[in-house]
Amino acid sequence: MTRNILKMALASTALVASTAYADDVTLIIESWRNDDLALWQEKIIPAFEAENPGIKVKFTPSAPAEYNAVLNSKLEAGSAGDLITCRPFDASLALYDAGHLSDLSDMEAMGNFSDVAKSAWQTDDGSASFCVPMASVIHGFIYNKDAFAELGLEVPQTEAEFFAALDAFKEEGSYIPMAMGTNDQWEAATMGYNNIGPNYWKGEEGRRALIAGEQKLTDAQWVAPYATLAKWSAYLGDGYEAQTYPDSQNLFTLGRAAVYPAGSWEVSGFNNLADFEMGAFKPPVMNAGDTCYISDHTDIGIGMNAASANPEAARTFLAWVGSSEFATIFANALPGFYPLSNAPVEIEDPLAKDFISWRDECESTIRSTYQILSRGTPNLENDTWGASVAAIKGTETPEALGAKLQDGLASWYAPQQ
Amino acid sequence: MQPRRIRWHIVVFLAPAVLVYTAVMIFPLFNTLRLALYSRIDQERIFVGLENFRTLFFDPFWAEQFWNALGNNFWFFIVHMLVQNPIGVALAAILSHPRLRFAALYRSAIFIPTILSFVIVGFAWKLILSPIWGIAPSMLDMVGLKSLFAPWLGKEEYALTTLAMVSVWQFVGIPMMLIYAALLTIPEEILEAGEIDGITGFAAFWKIKLPLILPSIGIISILTFVGNFNAFDLIYTTQGALAGPDFSTDILGTFMYRTFFGFQLQLGDPHMGSAIASAMFAIILVGVCIYLFGIQTRMRRYQM
Repeated sequence: MTRNILKMALASTALVASTAYADDVTLIIESWRNDDLALWQEKIIPAFEAENPGIKVKFTPSAPAEYNAVLNSKLEAGSAGDLITCRPFDASLALYDAGHLSDLSDMEAMGNFSDVAKSAWQTDDGSASFCVPMASVIHGFIYNKDAFAELGLEVPQTEAEFFAALDAFKEEGSYIPMAMGTNDQWEAATMGYNNIGPNYWKGEEGRRALIAGEQKLTDAQWVAPYATLAKWSAYLGDGYEAQTYPDSQNLFTLGRAAVYPAGSWEVSGFNNLADFEMGAFKPPVMNAGDTCYISDHTDIGIGMNAASANPEAARTFLAWVGSSEFATIFANALPGFYPLSNAPVEIEDPLAKDFISWRDECESTIRSTYQILSRGTPNLENDTWGASVAAIKGTETPEALGAKLQDGLASWYAPQQ
Repeated sequence: MQPRRIRWHIVVFLAPAVLVYTAVMIFPLFNTLRLALYSRIDQERIFVGLENFRTLFFDPFWAEQFWNALGNNFWFFIVHMLVQNPIGVALAAILSHPRLRFAALYRSAIFIPTILSFVIVGFAWKLILSPIWGIAPSMLDMVGLKSLFAPWLGKEEYALTTLAMVSVWQFVGIPMMLIYAALLTIPEEILEAGEIDGITGFAAFWKIKLPLILPSIGIISILTFVGNFNAFDLIYTTQGALAGPDFSTDILGTFMYRTFFGFQLQLGDPHMGSAIASAMFAIILVGVCIYLFGIQTRMRRYQM
């Protein structure tokens, strides 16, 4: 620990020293991704500095749990860096509303991003974008290729095939068909409901209609995923009710389970742990040939401090973040976190490649509860956790769950009243 | 007559404690009570009187959570009163038996969990009871009772009782120690006098020792009450802030935490959080008053 701090101190003095003799502009990046410090210092920043002489960049992350508070107080005090790594949705929107983030809508690089990608860092009416989308995580299922080969199973494409495969594992008995628990609750919602759901509510179409108040959570397309989740419990391990998230990760990487409902952020961790071959398949569709929808959830963006002394240099950097060069470096250094730009990116990690290949075949959307709908009390995202768990355990009917969520949302959200 | 001199030394000696206590206890307490009377509307803090309490007790969404948490809290307390304290008294009675060997060893072994952190206790028990890696299922299997095992922490109907039992396991040392100390103060002469009158063994415990340690049991009850209604750590470390499954382990402490600091996408609401904290304060205050004025003043004390 102390040694690391020493190293960081040395590294930062080195950076200060190198800027001292040149008349360079130095940009400072605020971030919560302290896991990525090495990646930024060794790969991203040198690549940028090589292309843009005269601009130096310093990556200064703080701990994830403290980031929001630290950043807010720095912004208030006027000591925050030039570039701000943006959390998705309301946290960053609040910064923009408070005048801490610049409007970047006029930037050319913004044209490289789809509307879905930009939605996490826009005002509610979409008129202003204030962060360049940097990375997303994709949902799907990771499976044990060896186990599938052992039983001679094909990768499921439709829901019927999906449950047939799980049935086969259940009958055969040497693998737990699916590794997931309900103890921590969020997996049921994030890797359950919001993973399979977009195929039912047709991705963006349903999500936007829900926000506009044209669809309700009691509608068939919003209730049906709960009915599907209810079927999952038969394939989960014994005592899944008390199984935690790390339990599920371990069960799968130890090779004891066949399928793992996943987010792509698991890729690098699983690559290090599992000694069998893994693949990923996208959430199954109803009938073969149906349009598929995937949850391609926006997670990290980067914006500009409105009080920055070097707005020109900061914009240069942001434009570069929107380029395919940045996308390639980032995607390969952090398999499982995908750049959001439309620029084609070559990813080497086979498992990470599986996930991103769906972008070409399927429509992207984000988690249904994240934009606008979780602003009030009761909180729709938290309620969805509980509802997804209740659906899997079968303690309540899908219809009752839909009605309960709708009541909660309607109690504070005007378009749903 | 000379004017009375102000005795400055009293002020000087009291000042450090009073100042520190005021700064870290009294001021935050009253500020929390004050905060409960405000609300934030459109970025501005506005005085709303008792509106937050009306929401807490009468808005169906809030009231449901509040009464659920309060009910769970009472169950948590009842389990402690029915399990922890009788076991504590029994252990103390056994330990104070003059012919028990290794008494000091047992005493320390039973007391040690009390000094462990909640986080350690929570995670250790979560692992012990884990259906996948835990030793609880395999131990039950060894004695042929595997069918009795259930993922207790994951079932709505058992989770709270299980956690209450874990808490009992951790804290049973406290009543044991207090009662043990009380039992040691009972003079031999009284017991010998009883023996001459033919009161020995169990009868001596029920008729002589128990009445003499009743005040200590009263103190333990009130400590348990205050401790349980302020509880938070164990639930938070094992079940998280949402106190799953389906809020079945939600107690006032976790409810307050979730509301005050926010959780996941839910932003914190310090004003509603303070209202819950004030309600907790009132509940504990009422409980302590009932004990002080209703029970303690009527308790008979014996000169020993």
